[in-house]
Amino acid sequence: MWGSNARNAHPIFFHHALRGVNNGARMWTVDPRRTGTAKFADHWLGLNVGSDIALANGVAREIVASGLQNEEFIENSTTGYEDFVAFVEPWTLERTSEVTGVPVGAIRELAHAYATAGKAQICWTLGITEHHTGVDNVQSLCNLSLLTGHVGRWGSGLVPLRGQNNVQGGGDMGALPNKLTGFQDVEDNEVRAKFEAAWDCTIPPINGWNLTQMFEAMGRGEIRAVYCIGENPVDSEADATHARAMLEGLDTLVVQDVFMTRTAELADVVFPAALGWAESDGTATNSERRVQRVRAAVPPPGQARQEVDIINDLAAAMGDDDWGQPTPEELWDELRTVSPMHGGMSWARLEAEGGIQWPCPTEDHPGSQFLHGRLWERPVQGRPAPFSCVEDRPPLDVLTDEFPLRLTTVRALDSYNTGVQTEHYSSPIRTGEALSISTVDAVALGVVDGERVNVSSRRGSITMTVEVEEHLAVGLCHTTFHFPETTDINQITSDAVDPKSGTAEFKAAAIRIDRLPVAAGQPVSVSHSA
Amino acid sequence: MNETPVSVSTMVEFTLDDEVVKVPDGSTILDACRREGIETPTLCWAENLTPVNVCRVCVVEVEGSRVLVPSCSRAVEEGMVVATDSERVRTSRRMVYELLASSVEMDRADPEVHAWMEHYGARPERMGDRSEIATVAQPVKVQDDLYVRDYERCILCYKCVEACGDDAQHTYAIATAGRGFGAHISTEHDVSLPDSACVYCGNCIGVCPTGALAFKTEHDMREAGTWDESSQSVTTTVCPFCGVGCNLELHTQDERIVKVTSPADHSVTHGHLCIKGRFGWQHAHA
Repeated sequence: MWGSNARNAHPIFFHHALRGVNNGARMWTVDPRRTGTAKFADHWLGLNVGSDIALANGVAREIVASGLQNEEFIENSTTGYEDFVAFVEPWTLERTSEVTGVPVGAIRELAHAYATAGKAQICWTLGITEHHTGVDNVQSLCNLSLLTGHVGRWGSGLVPLRGQNNVQGGGDMGALPNKLTGFQDVEDNEVRAKFEAAWDCTIPPINGWNLTQMFEAMGRGEIRAVYCIGENPVDSEADATHARAMLEGLDTLVVQDVFMTRTAELADVVFPAALGWAESDGTATNSERRVQRVRAAVPPPGQARQEVDIINDLAAAMGDDDWGQPTPEELWDELRTVSPMHGGMSWARLEAEGGIQWPCPTEDHPGSQFLHGRLWERPVQGRPAPFSCVEDRPPLDVLTDEFPLRLTTVRALDSYNTGVQTEHYSSPIRTGEALSISTVDAVALGVVDGERVNVSSRRGSITMTVEVEEHLAVGLCHTTFHFPETTDINQITSDAVDPKSGTAEFKAAAIRIDRLPVAAGQPVSVSHSA
Repeated sequence: MNETPVSVSTMVEFTLDDEVVKVPDGSTILDACRREGIETPTLCWAENLTPVNVCRVCVVEVEGSRVLVPSCSRAVEEGMVVATDSERVRTSRRMVYELLASSVEMDRADPEVHAWMEHYGARPERMGDRSEIATVAQPVKVQDDLYVRDYERCILCYKCVEACGDDAQHTYAIATAGRGFGAHISTEHDVSLPDSACVYCGNCIGVCPTGALAFKTEHDMREAGTWDESSQSVTTTVCPFCGVGCNLELHTQDERIVKVTSPADHSVTHGHLCIKGRFGWQHAHA
């Protein structure tokens, strides 16, 4: 478990992991914090925030230096091995330990255990991706699986745990700037020709922009209108002040959401939408690529409508009357004609089989429990998998005397993202937003548990309550971001972005904590009376 | 090495109610009964929990065994001779229901519990008038907005303890405490639930067979007389929180969600959910 607190963020996945642990599987966690997940692990590697590539490179070097790499797999199924070995050569255990803060023995043990395991998985979440090196972080983990052959086999693999119930499905459907439905490349002429014939339209031959690039384009005045569906960037974007200013500067903002979010409040037009999971029929794709049916259980309230109907009517209002009123199943069947990996997934099968994992090209295909099995075919089918030489590049929001503490954002078990959906139930374990700091830092700052303090970064400043956490690493602070209306964390989070993924570096801001000035009329100190 | 493992099991032959049957090695007697269409009552058994053998309503007679054996956990052996409907089995099952129902309020137990009590002619009243004999009656524990613990209805089947522990949640917030008639399910040092290790996944409520553990929404509706299971429908969908893909069963009444469960046979959840999936639905009616 690398950069994943699945115990909180993916509790039911973690039930499966724990069943494995009960059956004798060994678990390592790599996380700056000793999380609830780490408490179930055999070993916890508490690395410095943002030193994941250094650690992965060090583990790789140790595997090679000890001769534990899978020569047969490397020879037949990968490219770039020699360059990679030369590249990681400087990452001795000692240097890796120095950069990551993880003891030499723990790094060696992880390297040896991973390389010699019969089956091994690396699971990760936002602790890997929410960095300015997010894509590189992932590639550094991929390197480890390629070195050892822990990929493309039953029980072995790379497991990114998705944070939203249909973020995978959104990608499947082509809600990505560089992909059409079924992960087919926008810039591939043949692919585009197929879609243009099926949809009777012309598709721009170049990749679009990701979310971060769109905000940049708004800044340059190249995007003047935005249609925002089911996203709350005013609360969720790092550097929220900037995001709000960009949206306010648009000629037209249309927001389609189930709630009147703070983004919707800025909109010229709001389309109230039915809930995707309880008021709509359709599908969702989970982390293991399992497509499952979602079903309407209750009618949407007030003027809220099915999103499919809203989009159809919008198309008609824009002058295209050919879309008709397709049912969700008819839309799905159209998808199956253009997306080979969904070809065999009829709704009848999804119902009967309780979900199917793509790729599932034909009606008689059972679906695929894991990917990349082709790498084990001899000769290997398709392109061999390349090693990536990725540099350790520390967080961009550097620690200085002015901003000496590292802030990382985390998730609470009972809340979800910006809280829009979870603020409506009364959770007995909800404690609200607090800034957790180590005992050592609390003493050094002269602050106590429960004290309100000023928290500043290079972007802004907010007031928060301190929570002293006994086992937290010195210099590390963390907070959730579930209550933006009372504590707007994204006023202070880093605005650094991974240029490859567009994902913001939520996991690594440099901050300072200052005691609040004592207001006039208040006692300067509180004496402990009997 | 790259194939998905396929379990190949050998078959075991034994006699079940005078019929010779074959079942896969490792099957329990209960598995065999279900396979052969022999209905068998259970209380503490659930398909998503490890058997703990405490309720004794699934007992059967095995030739050569001095005592009746719990079918839920006893594995079938080659040549075994099993009787599921002998006089001894019927008497024992009836007695278990009578003892439980004489000291525990069973009115919210699963309907099949009542059907089995009738089937075996259980008459708990022969143990005495419940207003006069010892019972586990006690005030309902309502300590937060999500859970109700009504231990007047608890038969000590341990299912909640198992679901909270090794079988699913691994939180270990509850365990059995006390002895004899004073045995009960308790948090550590009997602290209130919000002060305990409980993370409010609701998986204990999900497995409770008698309504001793209940969702507060359901409890409140029952108290108000508005809970009407006959008018409810159940729709299976996918949880909106995180990407694991847990299936939710939305129990709806009058176009509102009133309860959320998960199918025990679903490969992702095995019937278990987290606090968000179990209780986060309230935004649908915000």
